[in-house]
Amino acid sequence: MKLSSLFLIAAALATAGVAAAKNIQLLNVSYDPTRELYTDFNRAFAAHWEAKTGDVVTVKQSHGGSGKQARSVIDGLPADVVTLALAGDVDALHANGRLIPADWQQRLPHNSAPYTSTIVFLVRAGNPRGIKDWDDLAKPGVSVITPNPKTSGGAQWNYLAAWEFARRKLGGDEAAKVFVRTLYKNVPVLDSGARGSTTTFVQRGIGDVFISWENEAFLALKEFGPDKFEIVVPSLSILAEPTVTVVDKVVKKKGTAEVARAYLEYLYSEEGQDIAGRHFYRPAVSAKAKAKYAAQFPQVELFTIGEAFGGWAQAKKTHFADGGTFDQIYAP
Amino acid sequence: MAGPTTTSLAVKSAQAAGPRTIRNPWWVRVAFMTIAFAFVAFFLVLPLAAVFGEALRKGVGAFFLAFADPDALSAIKLTLTTAAIAVPANLVFGVAASWCIAKFDFRGKSILTTLIDLPFAVSPVISGLIYVLVFGAQGWYGQYLNAEAPWFPALQAWLIAQDFKIIFAVPGIVLATIFVTFPFVARELIPLMQAQGSDEEYAALTLGANGWQTFWYVTLPNIKWGLFYGVILCNARAMGEFGAVSVVSGHIRGETNTMPLHVEILYNEYNFVAAFAVSSLLALLALVTLVLKSFIEWQHTRSRSLKASES
Repeated sequence: MKLSSLFLIAAALATAGVAAAKNIQLLNVSYDPTRELYTDFNRAFAAHWEAKTGDVVTVKQSHGGSGKQARSVIDGLPADVVTLALAGDVDALHANGRLIPADWQQRLPHNSAPYTSTIVFLVRAGNPRGIKDWDDLAKPGVSVITPNPKTSGGAQWNYLAAWEFARRKLGGDEAAKVFVRTLYKNVPVLDSGARGSTTTFVQRGIGDVFISWENEAFLALKEFGPDKFEIVVPSLSILAEPTVTVVDKVVKKKGTAEVARAYLEYLYSEEGQDIAGRHFYRPAVSAKAKAKYAAQFPQVELFTIGEAFGGWAQAKKTHFADGGTFDQIYAP
Repeated sequence: MAGPTTTSLAVKSAQAAGPRTIRNPWWVRVAFMTIAFAFVAFFLVLPLAAVFGEALRKGVGAFFLAFADPDALSAIKLTLTTAAIAVPANLVFGVAASWCIAKFDFRGKSILTTLIDLPFAVSPVISGLIYVLVFGAQGWYGQYLNAEAPWFPALQAWLIAQDFKIIFAVPGIVLATIFVTFPFVARELIPLMQAQGSDEEYAALTLGANGWQTFWYVTLPNIKWGLFYGVILCNARAMGEFGAVSVVSGHIRGETNTMPLHVEILYNEYNFVAAFAVSSLLALLALVTLVLKSFIEWQHTRSRSLKASES
């Protein structure tokens, strides 16, 4: 055992030696809709880091449903940083395999959520079904597109937003469960990630309404034009806080701890916040970026996962674990 | 020997069937031909034309721009590398397996034959998942790397020092591809070798040839066309495989994305021209495969009829 740990140290030193050279490679494992955001941000960070240290950083990207991506990192995908859709998926890296410490969320400002988002509806131009709020989604004959909460972070936000809306309007969890069950009866297909659902709704033309990340809805408008789709803002929605963290076990092995931390911290810089705003994510810390992009985001009453569901650990256990409410209400 | 006999039989039966076919009413033939052609046009030609149409929609410049992207180049390179490893591996395995199945009798032969078909029977997603379970950080391989007192500590130390990764890296992609394409060569050769029997090999052995000479001068020339055909099919599938590779790839752009995975990414990013451009390259590879296949079939029939006329 002594010998093998010696070898471990030697290996760590060897890789650290390589990393200290001019070319650094990071892997950012992210969720589905952040492709365009991180393509831009990686470029900005590479320029910043080269100006500061002279080292060239290449950040590789991997995208997919948030839960699925967390699973891949646990199975050995060597992510230096993860930038996932929700804290619950990042928690899984601690619970399975101890890749990060339990207090990971305290390591960066704003609970490790450099940008926030919310959930809105995307409908076809002219809103032919007259969708205005969550209760319109549970009406008979309305076809709703949303991804699978078992694999997609966005889908869990969607599910919880619908649940909370019903709980407040109809009073109580039992009524909410009935409401969500009726809503999910209207879902013809559950894709594994948010981008898959966007494709289903936008390109395959399936469904009347798509419960979507705000940024994803804006992106669809931008790509296909406002003559094809409209955004409908519900009366109540959830404050979605996508969270980021360095994967300690991987960066320790690769010797990339410093640059990986700097990469995430740069998300909180003026430039990082501005890039987030440009890609329709709500900047979380910079007052300047907040003011600059305030006009593009609709005003909507937002509640947080903490106040409505007692945090992610609790919400996951009640709703998305095996035998949770989602398993009880959804029969394909 | 088997060749001429079957050919002459086939010729005879064709002659016997000839007049009967001609006597079928014309409308039956027209109906069948219309159905066949309409089906082919609708399900094969139309989508293929659509792929090329979409790829060239914004002009040739945009088409070639898709291949200037370093991620696309890396995907093409990875696909070619994977096929370059998987196909020869399955060539060797296929010949070895069909040789022992067709020419020898042993216990468990039918089990081996069934096992070869296994990759056809299981879903590609499962094929990918088994490698994640075996080689993932939480799987056997990961447990071995983390073991306090492993078997062969030197091997463990070496693997750690090399930072040797299997899944979410090229080895995993190659493994999954080998698994999925594993039956193609063997499936092509087994019936062929069984039909040919072992008479020629026995003759060679009695004339004093050793095992290797028998294989090289007798068996191989007999199976060469079937072998080519199997290799071509194997290659086509190796390049086009999506499901199994998707599970073990980890989707790192510019590193572990193969061409089919790259097409999906481009399509999901609203980059339709590039997506269809890369698809059209895959389609072109398939077309080349088909042309090669037809050529080989033609060569095969020609060599057969030459043999027949010689004897």
